[in-house]
Amino acid sequence: MSKANKNDKSRRKFLQNLGLAGVSAVGGTALLLQSCSDSKDSASGKKVKVLTQDNQLVEVDVANLKPSDKIKDLDYLQDRGREGIPGKKFVMVVDLAKCKNARKCMSACQNAHQLKPEMHHINVLEMNDPVRKTSYYMPKTCQHCDNPPCVSVCPVDATFKRQDGIVLIDNERCIGCRFCVAACPYSARTFNWTEPKDAKEFAEVTYDMELNVPQKKGTVTKCAFSADRLREGKLPYCVSACPNGVYYFGDSNEDLVTNGTTKKTVRLSELLEENAAYTLMPELGTKPSVYYLPPRQNKG
Amino acid sequence: MNDTLSKEILTDDQIEQDLLKNINWGNKFKLWLAFLAVSLIICLYFYYQQIEHGLGVTGLHDYVSWGIYISNFVFFVATSLIGMLISSVLGLMNVSWVKPLARIAELVAVAFAMVAGLIIITDMGRPDRLLNVFMHGRVQSPIVWDIAVVVTYVAISILLLYIPLLPDIALCRDKLKNVPKWQQKMYKILALGWKGKAKQFKLMNNYTRILLILIIPIALSIHTVTSWLFAMTLRSGWDSPIFGPYFVSGAFVAGCAAVIITMYFFQKNYKLDKYITIDHFDRMGRLLVLVALVYVYFNINEIIVPAYKTNTADAKHVQEMLSGHESIMFWMVQLGGLIIPFLLILFRPMRRPLPLMLISIVILTGAWFKRVLIVVPTQLAPYYPIQNVPEKWTHYMPTVPEIAITTGSFILVLIIMSVLAKLFPVIPIWEIKEEINHNKN
Repeated sequence: MSKANKNDKSRRKFLQNLGLAGVSAVGGTALLLQSCSDSKDSASGKKVKVLTQDNQLVEVDVANLKPSDKIKDLDYLQDRGREGIPGKKFVMVVDLAKCKNARKCMSACQNAHQLKPEMHHINVLEMNDPVRKTSYYMPKTCQHCDNPPCVSVCPVDATFKRQDGIVLIDNERCIGCRFCVAACPYSARTFNWTEPKDAKEFAEVTYDMELNVPQKKGTVTKCAFSADRLREGKLPYCVSACPNGVYYFGDSNEDLVTNGTTKKTVRLSELLEENAAYTLMPELGTKPSVYYLPPRQNKG
Repeated sequence: MNDTLSKEILTDDQIEQDLLKNINWGNKFKLWLAFLAVSLIICLYFYYQQIEHGLGVTGLHDYVSWGIYISNFVFFVATSLIGMLISSVLGLMNVSWVKPLARIAELVAVAFAMVAGLIIITDMGRPDRLLNVFMHGRVQSPIVWDIAVVVTYVAISILLLYIPLLPDIALCRDKLKNVPKWQQKMYKILALGWKGKAKQFKLMNNYTRILLILIIPIALSIHTVTSWLFAMTLRSGWDSPIFGPYFVSGAFVAGCAAVIITMYFFQKNYKLDKYITIDHFDRMGRLLVLVALVYVYFNINEIIVPAYKTNTADAKHVQEMLSGHESIMFWMVQLGGLIIPFLLILFRPMRRPLPLMLISIVILTGAWFKRVLIVVPTQLAPYYPIQNVPEKWTHYMPTVPEIAITTGSFILVLIIMSVLAKLFPVIPIWEIKEEINHNKN
């Protein structure tokens, strides 16, 4: 997490005027140049040619190039966060037979999202199996419902469903009424009752709703399917942290999911069908995007 | 016709003198107001703490994220509904004995409804973003419906208090010469040039009638929508289609009790025995029995139907109420706060002013705890177990700041009612005069 630099606002403006879409537009050259842009405000005299969004080639002074600028702009991040990633429909598959309660997912998640120990975007629960009289471990995240009750009740559109299926919260807008907390049947949401962890360290960081950091006192926070990682083409924090191969994550439009531990990619439909997958409380009509493969048959 | 008023022959002058007597700033009142103000400042200090440190100063947590603030909000909205029942429903049916009580009922309605709106703000994590509700409000959220109807209800209730007050304000303007200058000026402005002409009376009666009719659906909606904040969720214990009428019927119980208590203190403090008579208490007591019976009926439905079935989540919720964790509070509220008091009021001696007022205090207290029983236990029984969180998150206990802020809401109601009752006559003077003249003829 790099800290926002307040004194080069003008430079950021300049780049915006150029219409650079983001990191990708500047490309590898810019990334390379970032290391030698220490000379701050003075123009270096070296010029590079870059392609703008509307396909025009323009010449920019090297000193004015700093690709990470865009990612520090709140408006840009807010728009991007609401829009989502086009053409995607993210899903998660949790193989309960493999979960050994290692809780690496929980700590990875809490570290990434600036959460206190009692705050869970993902919570590994010990569940009783009333039929087999055994217990099993069940990681529970936000189910990213296709019919999300939390989104319906939000009075200010702070929590919303994106085109890629992710339910996010904008803590710049949340009024802290906690109606979503009351409405969620999966108890997936948590609230910043007091000043968030390490609030001072994060004070200067620009808010990214895809990561939901920095957390803010008096607002609700929840699992974001690690939308920030998905944008970089990476798997969510919890999925990558699991040592036991519990999580598959992917895109249901492609019908492919990748296991976070083995990195093996499999067909989603086959995985679900062959393992008798189910969703949590389907009778409520919430249509979750998280699927569960049943726990082990023998005593686990 | 009106046999609740005193049998004594009262002249117009006598009535005016009796009913304007309460408008003065005596030392006793100043002391009372100072006491209320100091108490309110103490409560505000706790609210400042909550703003400073976050809602973490309360006993709320991720599982019981709605506690006594929301229960208290429901209670306040409930209590305020009585204005509609007394001045509107009974008024439109020409039940003449309620006439002297209509203004008291409206006072209760206005004070409780206004403060209800403030209570919601104390429950917000980010009260500084209140305007977001207007800037980004979404119609599918019951909160937005609730805000819309509560604001409308407050507005109409204020009008319903104000418009029939016009002739009396004009009377204050003309008769009260010993009050401070600002107060005289206020009467002059508020009287809107009232001269007691027949045309003015006609206009006033027309407006009042429209408001009396309008307020019925709006009052029903404020409490129905408030119940929907719960009933629209998928939680067992809240997920009930009868929540609307269940809440409305409960509201009348709380409201009747609140009006009886207010009546009692006005009668004693302002020596209004000739206008708020023993007979008024008797009739209010009977009204209370009627509304309590309806409420008992809804309670039976709300408990027995899910208890009979084997739907796991609902059965667990009911069992917690009847014999589990919540059973002590449940039976205290149901027996002590509802059934025993209403059985007592069936006996005439219990409908005399003092016993009825005391029973009403018990009922009102029971009604407050009843709202806690509706709001809290459901959240303690989520569908998935409460794990990996501090032990105290498995139950709920309000903290000192939370209780103080809640107390503050009651103090604010007392301040509003006390001040209004010092500025305006609490009994409609012109209606009493009309009534007595009518009886004479």
